Amino acid sequence: MKRLFADKKRRADLIVIASLLLLALILWLVLGAFRTEGGVVVVCVDGVETERHALTEEGVYPLNGGSNILVISEGQAWLSEANCPDLLCVKQGKIHYTGQSIICLPNRLSVTVEGGEANAVDVVAG
Amino acid sequence: MKTKKVALMAMCVALAMILSYVESLLPSPGVPGVKLGLANLMVIFALYKLGWGEAAGISLLRVFLVSLLFGHAASLMYSAAGAVLSLAGMILLKKTDKLSCVAVSVIGGVLHNIGQILTAWLLMGPNVVYYLPVLILSGTAAGVAVGAVAALLVRRIDLK
Repeated sequence: MKRLFADKKRRADLIVIASLLLLALILWLVLGAFRTEGGVVVVCVDGVETERHALTEEGVYPLNGGSNILVISEGQAWLSEANCPDLLCVKQGKIHYTGQSIICLPNRLSVTVEGGEANAVDVVAG
Repeated sequence: MKTKKVALMAMCVALAMILSYVESLLPSPGVPGVKLGLANLMVIFALYKLGWGEAAGISLLRVFLVSLLFGHAASLMYSAAGAVLSLAGMILLKKTDKLSCVAVSVIGGVLHNIGQILTAWLLMGPNVVYYLPVLILSGTAAGVAVGAVAALLVRRIDLK
C-alpha cells in the first residue's frame, strides 16, 4: 500500500505546525507586553456604548434590560448570570486588564476593560 | 451533474451537519471560538475526493443550514466568514501539493478562527485581537486532530 505521507510532506507539515505555534507564542508575548491594569468597564450593546463603570465601583449591574448581570468587585469584572443558551459569557470569567473583554454573542453584548478613570460625563444616554 | 455525485455531495452535507450537531453537544471551553471543527472532516474529504468546487459547496451549505437550524443571527456571519477564509486557504494549499491533508486541515482551522476574529473585530471593535494567540493555538491543535482523521478517511474510502 502506498504510504499516505511522503516524508517530504510530513516534514513540511511539521514546519507549518511549528511556525503556527511559534506565531501564537509571539503574538501572546507581544500582546501581553502591552497589557496594563484597566480602570473602566465599558458595556456595549450592538456595538454602541450603553454604560461604563470604574473598576473600583463595586456593585451588581443588570445590563441590556436584564439579559446579563455584571458584577464588579475587588477590581475585577465578570458576568454572573445571563439568559443566553450557551452561557459562554459567564464562563469567560473575570477580567481586569486593559483591552480584555467578555462577549455574549447571542445578546450582542460586550463588556470591555479600558484604561483610565471613569468619568460621569462619559455615560451615554440611550 | 451525475446522480451519483449529487447523492455523494448530499451525503457529505448531511454528515457535516451531524458532526456540527455532535460537536455542539460537547462541553465548550471558556474561550469563544475554541472548537474542534469536526465538520471540516467532510470538507477535507470532499476536497480530496470530489474536487474544490464540491468542497466549497458542501462547506457553505453546511454553514447556512446549521446556522438556520441551531444558530442565531450572528452565528451565520461568524461561521460564514470563517468558512470562506478557511476554504480559500485549504483549496490554495491543496493545489500546491506540498503538504499533506493534516497541514491543510491545520491551516483551515487557524484561518477559520482568524475569520471569526475579523468578524468580531468588525462587530465589536479591535479588542478581540487579544483572543488571537489562543485561537491560533486551538485552531492548530484542532486542525491536527481533524486532519489526522481526514487523512485516514481519504486513504481508506474509495469512491470509485
